[in-house]
Amino acid sequence: MTLRLTNIAKTFPDGTRALLPTELTVKTGEIVSLLGPSGCGKTTLLRIIAGLETPDFGSTIWFDNDDVTSLSVERRKVGMVFQSYALFPNMSVRANIGYGLKMQKLSKSEINARVTEVLEMCQLDEFSKRGVDALSGGQRQRVALARAIAPRPRLLLLDEPLSALDASMREALRDELAVLLRKFQITAIFVTHDQDEAMAIADRVAVMSNGRVVQSGTPEELYRNPNSSFVAGFVGNAMHLEGKSAGKLLTLEGGTQHLLSEGSGQNVYVRAEDVRIDEAGSLCGEVETVTFMGTHYRVGIKGIMPNVLTSIFSGQSAPNVGGKVRVSIKPQALMLLPEGEAQA
Amino acid sequence: MTNRTFVLACLTPLLVFSVAFLALPLVRLFLVSGESEAGWAIYLDILRKPRYLNTLILTVLVSLATTVAALAVSTTAGMFLSRNRFKGRGILLSIMTLPLAFPGVVIGFLIILLGGRQGLINQITPGHVVFAYSVIGLFLGYLYFSIPRVLLTVMAAAEKLDPTLEEAARTLGASPFRVVVDVILPGLMPSLIAAGAIAFATAMGAFGTAFTLATDIDVIPMVIYTEFTLSANIAIAAALSIVLGVVTWALLLLARSLSGTTVSAGG
Amino acid sequence: MLNSRTKLIQLTVTLTACAFLLVPMILSVMAGVTANYFQGISSGLTLKWVFRVWELYADSIFLSLWLAIACLISTLIIGLPAAYGLARHPGWLSRILEEFISLPLAVPGLALALALLQLYGSMKGFRISWTFILVGHVLYTLPFMVRSILAVLASMDLKTLEEGAASLGASPWQRFRDIVVPNAMPGILAGSLTVVTLSIGEFNLTWMLHTPYLKTLPVGLADSYASMRLEVASAYTLVFFVLIVPLLMAMQWASARAQRIAQ
Ligand SMILES: Nc1ncnc2c1ncn2[C@@H]1O[C@H](COP(=O)(O)OP(=O)(O)OP(=O)(O)O)[C@@H](O)[C@H]1O
Ligand SMILES: [Mg+2]
Repeated sequence: MTLRLTNIAKTFPDGTRALLPTELTVKTGEIVSLLGPSGCGKTTLLRIIAGLETPDFGSTIWFDNDDVTSLSVERRKVGMVFQSYALFPNMSVRANIGYGLKMQKLSKSEINARVTEVLEMCQLDEFSKRGVDALSGGQRQRVALARAIAPRPRLLLLDEPLSALDASMREALRDELAVLLRKFQITAIFVTHDQDEAMAIADRVAVMSNGRVVQSGTPEELYRNPNSSFVAGFVGNAMHLEGKSAGKLLTLEGGTQHLLSEGSGQNVYVRAEDVRIDEAGSLCGEVETVTFMGTHYRVGIKGIMPNVLTSIFSGQSAPNVGGKVRVSIKPQALMLLPEGEAQA
Repeated sequence: MTNRTFVLACLTPLLVFSVAFLALPLVRLFLVSGESEAGWAIYLDILRKPRYLNTLILTVLVSLATTVAALAVSTTAGMFLSRNRFKGRGILLSIMTLPLAFPGVVIGFLIILLGGRQGLINQITPGHVVFAYSVIGLFLGYLYFSIPRVLLTVMAAAEKLDPTLEEAARTLGASPFRVVVDVILPGLMPSLIAAGAIAFATAMGAFGTAFTLATDIDVIPMVIYTEFTLSANIAIAAALSIVLGVVTWALLLLARSLSGTTVSAGG
Repeated sequence: MLNSRTKLIQLTVTLTACAFLLVPMILSVMAGVTANYFQGISSGLTLKWVFRVWELYADSIFLSLWLAIACLISTLIIGLPAAYGLARHPGWLSRILEEFISLPLAVPGLALALALLQLYGSMKGFRISWTFILVGHVLYTLPFMVRSILAVLASMDLKTLEEGAASLGASPWQRFRDIVVPNAMPGILAGSLTVVTLSIGEFNLTWMLHTPYLKTLPVGLADSYASMRLEVASAYTLVFFVLIVPLLMAMQWASARAQRIAQ
């Protein structure tokens, strides 16, 4: 199913403008992630798509060629996985998963067959008789997913489905979820504020900021070609090289840096992995922090620009704190973005 | 929004019931209180006429005495029961909460069994010791009623007291007595005030106990009852009811805002 | 915790209080099964007073049981949806409504009964029917039912659970039936036991609202205290204990359970 949102806005009764007019299209079978900082309106957008929140007048939501804007949630046929899972504590795993099918008034045998099928797909067979209180966080998350999937919704919505899990679990389940979602072959929208999660699971990421979608594209596109400083900063933590640019030369506190194109009127961004500690580098600073990360070191360098410049260093012995280092950045790795907040 | 409609529909029976049988009757009661010759000055009469004023004073005094006694007894017992685990504790606790379900009349009767003419005290002591129908009997009846309620409030509060606070005070060198004064009592204070307010309000309004015991004592509920049934002096009965209701309601509101718990007055 | 002398004082107070509460109960039970209370136990144990009570007051006992059941049904019909409504619509209006229906907890029953009599006393058919007493009982017990359920509902994330059900296609009524009621069960149970216990023991309102043909158990008790010999009054009290004590214990158990769940 293709989802098309046009002109979606939301103003809460207290005057909070959680969403500014926003467009978004999700193609059939596509898994899209809504990524953005806390409070940017991701949940609100998801709840509007689900029908749990009414958008402002003038907004329209299309499921293929149906305008579902005024359709109530129980008739929209969307599956939703809640952040807290919202599993019914009065029902067993099986009953939870079968609830949506029961609401569709399917026959008992059909419900049973479908539930069994979904249980198997989600590797939940052995827990089917348990109460939902007797499950681990990861198992609950799978039950929530299975419950949403079982009625074969037109669209699956997931609001931070991994955030209730602890860090180590989250990483394992992230990949599992990505596999499961593809197994279901379903159109899905997935909210997260964790860029790794978005990139691992989604075909396409829509980055949101202050109530708008500011850029959407494949993870690679967003990483390589952010269209605004916000996206550059949020996806992959690009650092702003603050200095004065004249022509193709950027002058920083710690030296000068070549640019590939005209730099005036542009902000220059760089990612930590492109900052190389290099004897022959053109920039010079002082090591402020060294953090061992297992496969590499993160080295914080001051004196090159007003803020600390971080470099990923993968050599065997890291530079000493307080020592002087030289740094080089390939001009191709620099991202030049227009000054001021870019609009989508 | 059908959802909103459904939720509102859910509240409708409650609204209808409480308007029909609570709001309107109370309004009516209030209007009735002003319908005598005295008009609204009837509320001043309560304070001016010695009969009512004395009643008011006596009721407040008995209620105060009940409150103080119930607080003292129940706090001591409550702290003891919540801080010590011993054989028989459960039984003691059951005994002390059993009277929760007794209506005031039954409690009145129990006091008669204790201090009436055929009562235990009169039988086992030489001479004629009958106190059931005096103010003492009334006080004991109210106390009987209040002990379980105050006890439960105190124990609930005691369980919530953070034991590490006491331990902290003791590691800082506080004596057991200082721990009580500096940590336990301040921690319990909101609940004690709340429980006290409950005991006081309950005693002010207790009808059942007074009905069995206070045939010769003028406490407000009895005066309301006799004015209404015997003298058919409906306005003053209504006015006294309103005053009593407002006082007990305000006290319990205070109690609840302090402790966050609800224990019914009733009885 | 404290030194042993303090403990001793505490123990003494506790035991004295227990004795104060327990001794009259024992006296009452004894008196109810003693052939002649003046002569004491030596006159022999008997159940004849209990049978006498049954002859005299069986109607009152049945009326009380009937009223308690009717009261339970009424408070469920009014209170369960109301608690749900209040839980789903938290806000100052709900607070005021909750506060208002809780008035009967604070305002003495006597005053409420007077108010009811003033407004409805002249409607003769209603005044003399058992439903008039029922209204009083519902008025008094309803806040317990509502609060008991509300406490449980407020402790769970009702809104999200319902949204979950809605996203699976459940209508408001289906959500109420499948999600709200089953999950509110501990509160409903505790509330129900409280309502029945209170209804059976209710005296203050009932005394004012009853008619000579409609005496409830506690009204009958008051009656027997005033006009019957001590043994009969005691035997009647004994019957009341037998009825109310198990109910109270069940109620305390259920309330503690509901409270645990509500935390
Ligand atoms: N019911 C509401 N009434 C008023 N304002 C609201 C309401 N719900 C959300 N908001 C506001 O709308 C904005 C967007 O909220 P939303 O929950 O969509 O953020 P989010 O992107 O999901 O954030 P998070 O990552 O923290 O979950 C926030 O400023 C929030 O305070
Ligand atoms: Mg959110």
